[in-house]
Amino acid sequence: MTKINDFVVRFANVNGTGSASANLLFAKSIFRMGIPVSPKNIFPSNIQGLPTWYEVRASEKGYLGRREGIDMVICVNPESMAKDIESVRPGGYFLYDSTKPLHQRYYREDINYTGIPLMALSAQYFHDPRQRQLFKNIIYVGALSKLLNIDFEVIEQLLSEQFRNKEKLISLNVQALKLGVEYVEENYSYPLDIRLEKRDLVKDKILIDGNAACGLGAVYGGATVVAWYPITPSTSVAEAFEKYAKKLRVDPETGKNKFAIVQAEDELAAIGMVIGANWNGARSFTATSGPGVSLMNEFLGLAYFAEIPTVLIDVQRGGPSTGMPTRTQQSDILAAAYASHGDTKHVLLIPSTPKECFEMTAQSFDLADRLQTPIILMNDLDLGMNDWMSDPFEWDDERKYDRGKVLSAEDLDKIEKFGRYLDVDDDGITYRTYPGTHPTKGSFFTRGTSKNEYAGYTEDGAAYERNMDRLIKKWETSKNYVPGPELYQEEKKSDEAILFFGTSKYAAEEALDLLAEEGIEIDAIRVKAFPFNQEVADFINSHEKVFVIEQNRDAQMRTLLMLELDAAPSKLISILNYNGMPITADLIKNQVCANLTVKNS
Amino acid sequence: MTYIKPEFRHPNLPVNEVGFTKKEYEGRISTLCAGCGHDSISAAIVQACYEMSIEPHRVAKLSGIGCSSKTPTYFLSNSHGFNSVHGRMPSVATGANLANRDLIYFGVSGDGDTASIGMGQFVHAIRRNLNMVYIVMNNGCYGLTKGQDSATADKGSMSKKGAPNPFAPIDLVSLALELEASFVAQSFSGDKGQLIPLIKAAMHHPGFSFINVMSPCVTFNNNKGSTKSYDFVRDHASSTSVLDFIPKKEEIKVDYEEGIQVKVAMHDGSYLSLHKLARDWNPLDWVSANEALIKARDRGEILTGLLYINPKSNPLHDTLKSSDKPLNTLKEKDLCPGSKKLEEINSSLR
Ligand SMILES: Cc1ncc(C[n+]2csc(CCOP(=O)(O)OP(=O)(O)O)c2C)c(N)n1
Ligand code: SF4
Ligand SMILES: [Mg+2]
Repeated sequence: MTKINDFVVRFANVNGTGSASANLLFAKSIFRMGIPVSPKNIFPSNIQGLPTWYEVRASEKGYLGRREGIDMVICVNPESMAKDIESVRPGGYFLYDSTKPLHQRYYREDINYTGIPLMALSAQYFHDPRQRQLFKNIIYVGALSKLLNIDFEVIEQLLSEQFRNKEKLISLNVQALKLGVEYVEENYSYPLDIRLEKRDLVKDKILIDGNAACGLGAVYGGATVVAWYPITPSTSVAEAFEKYAKKLRVDPETGKNKFAIVQAEDELAAIGMVIGANWNGARSFTATSGPGVSLMNEFLGLAYFAEIPTVLIDVQRGGPSTGMPTRTQQSDILAAAYASHGDTKHVLLIPSTPKECFEMTAQSFDLADRLQTPIILMNDLDLGMNDWMSDPFEWDDERKYDRGKVLSAEDLDKIEKFGRYLDVDDDGITYRTYPGTHPTKGSFFTRGTSKNEYAGYTEDGAAYERNMDRLIKKWETSKNYVPGPELYQEEKKSDEAILFFGTSKYAAEEALDLLAEEGIEIDAIRVKAFPFNQEVADFINSHEKVFVIEQNRDAQMRTLLMLELDAAPSKLISILNYNGMPITADLIKNQVCANLTVKNS
Repeated sequence: MTYIKPEFRHPNLPVNEVGFTKKEYEGRISTLCAGCGHDSISAAIVQACYEMSIEPHRVAKLSGIGCSSKTPTYFLSNSHGFNSVHGRMPSVATGANLANRDLIYFGVSGDGDTASIGMGQFVHAIRRNLNMVYIVMNNGCYGLTKGQDSATADKGSMSKKGAPNPFAPIDLVSLALELEASFVAQSFSGDKGQLIPLIKAAMHHPGFSFINVMSPCVTFNNNKGSTKSYDFVRDHASSTSVLDFIPKKEEIKVDYEEGIQVKVAMHDGSYLSLHKLARDWNPLDWVSANEALIKARDRGEILTGLLYINPKSNPLHDTLKSSDKPLNTLKEKDLCPGSKKLEEINSSLR
């Protein structure tokens, strides 16, 4: 049966061999043909020589999550070949470099083999060894264009955009493509039963990774001081900020930067710098991953108690440094929500798309200034480091930054006595001043817990308690500011429901369709922030059973729902995925079905 | 900058050029032990800022944790202060400084705060040549946690309980010099005459100005046998120079004998005038400063004074080419590229 615009193709490469740009060219060609596409990098924590995979899903229905069942593997890595052959679904395709014959042990009865002498073809045409290696990748893209029916003009167009004004490079690439095209034309029948057809389904969507969107969001959100320490998968956030800031924030007259970026000595220093800058009235952020969040714990506590706006982007990954640092997870939820010593809780924003990465990053600066507390953006590797088809970014030019409650010299002259921690407006949020504002008024001493309403030092238990109670009042206030959930139905239509957040959105939405096909119509909610607001509470209260979908072992979101909403543990059923690969719709559907069937039988 | 004349003032107190009395540079009543060296350093800071006619609100005071780090409460109460976390003042100061290059940043730390838990941040602040004054109130022990040896305690120095310290010390001045901090000085809390001009010069220096001040802990480390006690420091301190800080346009009044006077021009037209006491030492020459320190150590002396200065110091903001206007004053129109640019970016992503 021919499948149009519905396949998963996986490239098995060796990292450091230049396959990334060829693979991107492949994915982008599908995107340009108007077909929804979602590429994913599956890569090791290594610079050169280990296997890496790139998985591309094309989906007429617009599903962008990962799905099981690989229709075709393009294998140019002998190391991983046995595993790669195994991963092809029955009836699928295995494309390999047939320069050397394939060993007998690699034959499977139930799949199709497409040998293309990539290295031999490349060696015939290119003489420089580096070029041979690079163009080998382009040759398989050429072959795929025939096999899967990619519009050749689209590829040529992309190449000419990529190598603008470098005619020589363009023609070398086109030549390599043609080697692949011709080989398929002469040796195979094409296109295959999995193939592409042009559509107009992409509309005005863009293709970008979440980390770049965060970096850009920080530029638009007015961040000026960035301090960071390299760690996968968050590094590209700071790099994107730098790239966009250099383009958009350099004074054309003086050549000076309207931003400052410091690669700190460690994450302790990175967050310290962010706190210092925000204390002094600049918008500042850092980006890190789990191990960095652990190191930042002490400072996060200080920022919470001293009430200093702080923006932290956590691109979650699988645990400690050796192990799964290049695999995705949502396993820092509790560590972030309750980071640090003493009674602390932090505002979390949870984006699902690049557009939300952009918007929530920009918004996090407003929230941090408004609420004078750390705001942690819970990104993850899957969203952060993979390209996603996303609605385009938008910005309202009328939008003003919300700098929160900050007193100017004029304001200070009007008030009798400034109390840094005095709850004037009865919302738990107090007024602050920037250093250097007024010669005799408004200065105060910033410290951790021991203080009264006027920022005076005290170890009086009653003053401590008053302050802690006000912080909880502020926490309540924050519920009015954080983004509410996305509800998938106007009114309740089932007693069971699914709840999910972040990148589980894609698989969960697809699972809703799969369930509907089985006759199961089920309500759904996507949580976008912590603290949970009333809508989340109401949703849980109004359903008898809520499947909580998350990508960690310990059901951290479920714990948070139990703790903060007093939700009954028995009604929160976990659906978990924590093998480092993004969650799939099938997994969700199967677990929901299994649970509901048990109930019905 | 908003400049508003202070409203209340005792009619008889003298005021400085910017209209403030010395009282307006003071802080709250100190809660440190009577006789603690740290209090003398606070007093020197008050005096230096008053004499230099610094507007107090143009100073930001930052510290880590420790008795020493408490002192910002005891000076400049019209300045914003930040008692951060143990050992991590340099990073907070870095961020603050990046946000507003126009303020004077006073970092106060202890030997525990800097030489142990904060060592990483200290050396990196030096490396970046952050424009700040960094004072270590060095008492060779952890005062606030009741007197444990610190990493600057000399080998063999006796604790109050009578135990000799078995480890070699970390000499912060040698370390700062090794890392080419652009201003390196050492002093003694009991020597106001030396300390005050050093603080003034440090405030004027555009870069990382490090002053290691021997500051005895009377409660835990002032006993016989301690090398950080008042008696020991007084007996072993040897001064490299007599320093005068000479503000812009003022005539140089002191005239020392030819050959032993060093005049250092500061970036803003003021001068440092050094009357050299140590032979074979030139504060502008890094090698000679190192040699002088090593020789002094060999002789068991604590070399004090301005040990090294690099007048061509290039502070962090210059390295980063950040805007002359403080970053914290930039508004939407400077910071937000707007919807048209965003549309171009969208187009490039299709
Ligand atoms: C993370 C952390 N660890 C330990 C402490 C406890 N502590 C407070 S002050 C201090 C030592 C201070 O010594 P120093 O910096 O020399 O200051 P001094 O009191 O001697 O002036 C320690 C270990 C702390 N506050 N934070
Ligand atoms: S314990 Fe020592 S360092 Fe602390 S205040 Fe007392 S004398 Fe000063
Ligand atoms: Mg000490």
